[in-house]
Amino acid sequence: MNNHLNVEIPADSEVILGILNNSDVVLKKLYLAYFPMILQLVINNNGNEDDAKDVYQEAIIVLYNKVKRGDFELSSKLKTYIYSICRRLWLKRLKQMNRYGGDIKDFEDYLPVEDEVEMQQERDLQLNKMGEALKLLGEPCKTIMEDFYMHNKSMQDICERFGYTNADNAKTQKYKCLQRLKKLFFQQQ
Amino acid sequence: MKNDQLLEMIERYLNGEMTVEERAEFDALRNKDAVVETKLEEHKHFTGLLKQYNDRHTMEMRLNAIHDEIDAHTLANDLMAHPSVVVRLWRQHHSKISVAASIAIFATLLTLFFTGYLSNKKADYQQLVSKVNQVENSTKKLEVKTNDLIKRGGKTGPIITAKYRGTGFALSSNGYILTNLHVVNGADSVYVQNADGESFHTKVIATDASHDIAVLQINDPAFKNLGAVPYGFKKGKSELGEDVYTYGYPTDAVVFGPGALTSDAGFQGDTAEYTVSVPVNQGNSGGPLFDSKGNVIGIISGRQTQTQGVAFAKKSALFLKTIQDIPADSLKNNPLILNTKNTLAGLSRKEQVKKLKNYVFIVKVYNQ
Repeated sequence: MNNHLNVEIPADSEVILGILNNSDVVLKKLYLAYFPMILQLVINNNGNEDDAKDVYQEAIIVLYNKVKRGDFELSSKLKTYIYSICRRLWLKRLKQMNRYGGDIKDFEDYLPVEDEVEMQQERDLQLNKMGEALKLLGEPCKTIMEDFYMHNKSMQDICERFGYTNADNAKTQKYKCLQRLKKLFFQQQ
Repeated sequence: MKNDQLLEMIERYLNGEMTVEERAEFDALRNKDAVVETKLEEHKHFTGLLKQYNDRHTMEMRLNAIHDEIDAHTLANDLMAHPSVVVRLWRQHHSKISVAASIAIFATLLTLFFTGYLSNKKADYQQLVSKVNQVENSTKKLEVKTNDLIKRGGKTGPIITAKYRGTGFALSSNGYILTNLHVVNGADSVYVQNADGESFHTKVIATDASHDIAVLQINDPAFKNLGAVPYGFKKGKSELGEDVYTYGYPTDAVVFGPGALTSDAGFQGDTAEYTVSVPVNQGNSGGPLFDSKGNVIGIISGRQTQTQGVAFAKKSALFLKTIQDIPADSLKNNPLILNTKNTLAGLSRKEQVKKLKNYVFIVKVYNQ
């Protein structure tokens, strides 16, 4: 299948190393290598290209986090792992949409990965809530939060950017913003 | 200590911005005060989530950038399991096929409707009166002329041609004959012709549209008494599986039709009829249906068009009642006395049939 699409399959160890080094080149190689496999799985099981993209990207993120946490053991082929995650994710989504006909047409071997997918989805839920909270937060709080907690900017930078006359004012503002963000986050159910 | 100051300390602690002394002091505070410890954990978790959110967001952007370089649509077409020709044809043309099929069904229904197939009972139930065609007419003319010659001018009925024809059978020796109403309906004049080819003028004296029967009386001066009718009339019901036979004139020669009684109900469950498996044709209408003992148990009145050899006969009990109900003044001084003595019972089938000859007639109908 992949031969016919002229895609280079990177070695599994190269991928692991690339993820740890945050390499863009390896990420691209990885992405291109296995996307056709997942596309085939999804479109032949009641899905379309966009569904395939969502499922595949989520699986790549699962793999990334797992490797970065350092608990990815190369006990199976990367290909099988990715296929298993995507298969599980797609089954769940089919069931949610009530489009699941009771059997899935498989193209590869797969592993049991239910727990990992559950964990990932639990985490995604938290992150989505965070995204919502940030959206509701409004400016300038949103930028302050992003600059300080996400982009690791110093209070000095933030002072300058927002024109605060002294660092204490900025700190007070940042504190208020954080309190509001927490409130917005925990309010959601 | 105010909350914002505590938070600042927590942040500095987590970021490693504290001096060694400050750090030791804060560790002591953590050990002492559980509230501080909880706050620290909460903050760590929350800012961790913010970082993860950022990571995921960045990652998604990177992946989307890669994805945009792929022609997913072409790839999808290549990877789709290719269905069979029939399935593909159906997918591409199913709307056209559906429209074509609807039109075809509609046209069929319309045709059936206008040909009366859907509404008209007669399509299934064919009355067995026969329309005499031109060839038969000329034959008959010849026959009549021949008879004239043989009988040296004895009157045997009109030379004009009959339009319809059926069968009838004698009810009594004095010339009362039973046939189907649909045989004689709308007739200008009705003649009956016996096995010897002699025709007698008759008059319709009673009809019963609900049971499709008509009683004729021979009022021809040439007519002499028939002699005692050999068969009886069954008042009760006959049983399924009984051997039965018909005797009638679907053609110019008499036809004997053996068979069996197959149902106690007739066409579409009509309880006034029996269903019998006897081969019948146009011209059999009005003919008698006999059981093995030579009793009349019914009068043949129709057949089913789809199935060969299935005929329907009105039950004798019903027409006997109609006959009883004929008002006395219609009969004048010529009473209709049904024969009650069956002289056929002990005879073989062949002998029975022989004796029927003089009592079953061709009913000929003339109209404009």
